[in-house]
Amino acid sequence: MSKGILYDATLCIGCKQCEQACATENGLPYDDRIADQQITSAHKYTAIMIKDDKFMRKLCMNCDDPACVSVCPVGAMKKTALGPVTYDKSRCMGCRYCMAACPFSVPKYEWDKAVPGVRKCIMCSKRVVQGKPTACAEICPTGATKFGDRDELLEEAKKRIHDNPGKYLPHIFGETEVGGTSVMLLSSIPFNLFGFRTDLTERALPMYTYQVLSRIPDFVPLFGTLLGGVYWITHRREDVAEAEAKEKEHNGGGR
Amino acid sequence: MTVPRIRFTFWKAVFLFIMAAGVYCTFLRFFRGLGASTNLSDQFPWGLWIGFDVMCGVMLAAGGFTLTAAVEIFNIKRFHSIVRPTILTAFLGYLLVCAALMYDLGLPWNIWHPLIMRNPHSVMFEVAYCVMFYTAVLAMEFSPIVLEHFKLKRALKVIRSLMVVFVILGVLLSTLHQSSLGTLYLIMPNKLHPFWYSPLLPVFFFLSAIAVGLAMTIFESSMSSKYFGRELELPILRDLGRVLVVVLALYGILKFEDLYHRGALRLVMVPGYEQRFFLLEMFLSIFAPLGLLLVPKIRESAQGLYLAAVLTLLGFVTNRLNVTITGVENAVGGRYTPKWTEVVITAMFVALGFAIFGLAAKYLPIFPEEKVHIPALHEPEARFAEVAVPVHAGD
Repeated sequence: MSKGILYDATLCIGCKQCEQACATENGLPYDDRIADQQITSAHKYTAIMIKDDKFMRKLCMNCDDPACVSVCPVGAMKKTALGPVTYDKSRCMGCRYCMAACPFSVPKYEWDKAVPGVRKCIMCSKRVVQGKPTACAEICPTGATKFGDRDELLEEAKKRIHDNPGKYLPHIFGETEVGGTSVMLLSSIPFNLFGFRTDLTERALPMYTYQVLSRIPDFVPLFGTLLGGVYWITHRREDVAEAEAKEKEHNGGGR
Repeated sequence: MTVPRIRFTFWKAVFLFIMAAGVYCTFLRFFRGLGASTNLSDQFPWGLWIGFDVMCGVMLAAGGFTLTAAVEIFNIKRFHSIVRPTILTAFLGYLLVCAALMYDLGLPWNIWHPLIMRNPHSVMFEVAYCVMFYTAVLAMEFSPIVLEHFKLKRALKVIRSLMVVFVILGVLLSTLHQSSLGTLYLIMPNKLHPFWYSPLLPVFFFLSAIAVGLAMTIFESSMSSKYFGRELELPILRDLGRVLVVVLALYGILKFEDLYHRGALRLVMVPGYEQRFFLLEMFLSIFAPLGLLLVPKIRESAQGLYLAAVLTLLGFVTNRLNVTITGVENAVGGRYTPKWTEVVITAMFVALGFAIFGLAAKYLPIFPEEKVHIPALHEPEARFAEVAVPVHAGD
């Protein structure tokens, strides 16, 4: 069963304990200065964004069919069966296609390091394998960040919207975006106020490239034969012309 | 081969200056990291080195497969004398692209990983394989030039008997990865501006590679005649000019149809940042060179052809930079201008390209007909007979 995270902004009190727990879990530095940063970075995998008295959480959406996994030439990015999208630096060659392709601009880079890697939330993959919730969900004092089976969380999100008319936007961000994501967000104010793209396609992004790539194995023998065939024909004509010229010479021009 | 002495020393000084700056920037890149040596950021993971060194580098090397296809596969013999310089350009181009990639990759020592860690769903994986194999194929296509120089007749015979295979492989691999550089961007439907995002991106990249291949051939023939004191093969360049007209016209019409069907045509009229760059690209890559080449007097003249070729090159360089940089700036919310160190490294690779081409032209039989008796230069038949024989040796 695929796991997921449901973040309900209306329950969030902005205590940022999720940020701190995330930093501890991933061995990242955390202090007041970092707590004030409302953006994710190579040293901050999740951030609480504040707009007046409203909150929103930014973290890797852990897409069901992630662009980063599809574009990685060496398979450093992986979508695990349980939901987390993980990264293996020992495979990475640093092409940064994952960063360019991510529709949420999640992967960050260690630009200041001589041996850099990609950094992002991996939905506490190790904990999830052990059957534990993510660090952010475990610490959340209000239940704003909830960990569970994605299907059940989706049902719950729908129920919350249905049971509380006017409280939520009728939009579960992550239900259908780019084919669905393991992380889903609920909010009372438009998502684009927090920098989320609300015009994202509902198609899984890897299909855009796969529909071209998948034709290559068929294309190669066809085009190869075509090229070989053209070569054969154009050069055959020449051999014939040469032979005819010779014959002409032999016959002394008379036919 | 008399080169004006002042010009020679001037360019030599420029070259040495760029190299010295390049060495310093290389140090910055590998000891201080990408952050210290580039303006790349989490918003702009790809900048000048991908946009120009890789995207444009591969594109500018397209003359190799365009001309070998025309001569070896379509058997258009009158282009034979200009194939070698294009193969040299292509081989050099790909080697420089690979070298430049070592600067851009975060972990360049892992560049071989795609060999054993395969993800066939990745366009980058396909590009990596094609570029790798095509560079090897280019080495094979280039090898007769070296073998001839050292008079290794037996090896030459073996290579030539296999040349058809290399040529077909080369055209196939080029077709695949020239278009794939466009396919790379298909996964960013919400990031790349509608001027450039199109399901036809691979087709546009492929067509423009052919146009650039032709323009590059005209450009380098003109340069060779200017700086190496070589006879300008004007009749050949005129023919290439005509082909260029057709390819540019096809590209232009397809571009128009594509914009029309995607409903992006109206955006052309709306003033804006992307619109300015798009119009500049359209002018340089389509309207200006087509306008020039459609005038018979200009199309027939060496200067006219040269100008049209340079405009085409600038136009499609603009296109590649628009796709990699301009087209995503709005979506990621920011502007990218390369740092001086990035510019220096790029300039270093361009300078290296010119310098190595010059050296190779000087010491290797790149223009083979000059090595045989000079009168053959003005007798196309004699020249073709000379070089066409080995090609048939393997039939």
